[in-house]
Amino acid sequence: MEIINALKNTDETQILEINFGPQHPSTHGVFRMTIQLEGEKICGLKPVFGYLHRNHEQIAENLPYAAIMPYTDRLDYVNALANNFGYALTIEKLAGLEVPERAEYIRVIMAELARVVNHITVIGFMLNDLGAFFTPLLYAFRERERILDLFEEITGSRLMNNFFRFGGVKRDLTNANLAAIQKIVSKFPAFLKEFEALLTKNEILCMRCQNIGVLSGDTATNAGITGPVLRASGVNYDIRKVDHYSIYDRFDFKIPLGEKGDVYDRFYVRVLEIRESLKILEQALAKIPAGEIINKKSLPLLKMPRNFKPPVGEAYGRVESPKGELGFYVVSDGTPQPWRYHVRAPSLINLTVLEEMCLGQKIADAIIILGSIDIVLGETDR
Amino acid sequence: MTIFGWGVFKGMMVTLKNFLTSYFRKPDEGGIFTVQYPEEREKAIENFRNFPFLVYDGSPEKIRCVACGICERECPPKCIHIEMEIDVAGKPTRKPAVFDIDYGLCMNCGMCEEVCPFDSIFMDHAFEVTAPERNEGLVRNKKELSKSNEYFQKVRPTLASSIDQKRKAAEEKKKAAAAPQGVGGQAQPPQGQEPK
Repeated sequence: MEIINALKNTDETQILEINFGPQHPSTHGVFRMTIQLEGEKICGLKPVFGYLHRNHEQIAENLPYAAIMPYTDRLDYVNALANNFGYALTIEKLAGLEVPERAEYIRVIMAELARVVNHITVIGFMLNDLGAFFTPLLYAFRERERILDLFEEITGSRLMNNFFRFGGVKRDLTNANLAAIQKIVSKFPAFLKEFEALLTKNEILCMRCQNIGVLSGDTATNAGITGPVLRASGVNYDIRKVDHYSIYDRFDFKIPLGEKGDVYDRFYVRVLEIRESLKILEQALAKIPAGEIINKKSLPLLKMPRNFKPPVGEAYGRVESPKGELGFYVVSDGTPQPWRYHVRAPSLINLTVLEEMCLGQKIADAIIILGSIDIVLGETDR
Repeated sequence: MTIFGWGVFKGMMVTLKNFLTSYFRKPDEGGIFTVQYPEEREKAIENFRNFPFLVYDGSPEKIRCVACGICERECPPKCIHIEMEIDVAGKPTRKPAVFDIDYGLCMNCGMCEEVCPFDSIFMDHAFEVTAPERNEGLVRNKKELSKSNEYFQKVRPTLASSIDQKRKAAEEKKKAAAAPQGVGGQAQPPQGQEPK
């Protein structure tokens, strides 16, 4: 009784340190945050990762170049095609391989479909974290499933696609596939409209998301943040526009930008990005030419991957993965295996500003702030 | 300025609409698409790949695999183990004596299928693979992996028939080449080529 009275008479509270995760469902995998709490307010947060470390880089340095491709699927397992794209681009840069026209179009189509899949998944899970329990997530998954069925038909696998090859792609898109993609693309805006009616104007969502986890454009730029998280803060930076890699300079699309850089902006930028991806898909489907799907020079490599020895040198290839700048750095010493292989994972770098965004917020908001960054632990921990 | 709560109301209308229309719409247009899995099954997609198996023509002794070991070397997670059969004279017979694949290690990438020059290893559709034990239980030996060409035709009809055609054409070409020159005149055809 005396202790309670003593506590009542003082304003000081004890700082409570809690471990959030690693087995918490809202951490999207095995991720731990050590949070210091003052009442309900966060006064310190340390992300702890590495629980899903699988030695990706070291494994890759002991494998022939082509055999690394299926391993890159396992980096960001929600959109494996973007990882394939980045790695294929890097090796093509290193070895100086050309990609035929049709293959470029197929690559762009597949990568943009993967972006749609990724964003729809992230939005669904974020709303789930917010408490919109499973209804929006299942609506999102219903649409995602259609695209994944298509992936299964084209690449052979729903998630671990392993579809890109150096100098092209593994399998051609048939007319039936193209028609199926066209069907999805033309039906998707109706779904997005419904999805927006479901939640974007919802007062509870707005109250929970607006002015929460604000990240200023300057901080984001200084911390090296990329992807939708950066664009939600109002910085116009998209590698598809900056680098014009592959054939992205041929398409007409806008970069959606946020204003405040809060959780709501990050959520809404992704919705808008799906619309832009659909625009790219429409244009690519209209313009896709006939022709080869793989460079003639790299055809023998498919049968004998171990004989592929790129010249001595180094290359850094990057793509705009749905999560940000996904870069691969490969150093070749002329042997069948890379001498050094490094992945610049957007999830990992975007996590570095988590504390900045969470300070002063309530503990319940930390979950949605984490959800709005869109991390995949397979990529963060590698 | 709208009434506070209008957004929530509109959202609820969407869920109500989805709930009601799900009974009338077709499965691919937003209707109920649940598949009661063990009883019902979705139609398998032909290109789906899961675990590798070996193809034989006719009887299991006529396995297409010649134990060249290319898949063993190219397999990224190194889940294949091959040993060549040696006959009484100590000569390799171009047949595998041991062909093990550890399904627990396999990552379904399809590399073995791509590199195989003898069209002998392909990816299966069977995904209900279980074992009572963790270490050795998922290792499949040559006998378990061998499946007939008919089975291959059944699971992947397009690929199987194109490969059958290719093999037939190659055989006819071989026959035509061998007939005028007599026996043993020509160097080994590509079928018998030993990898470096």
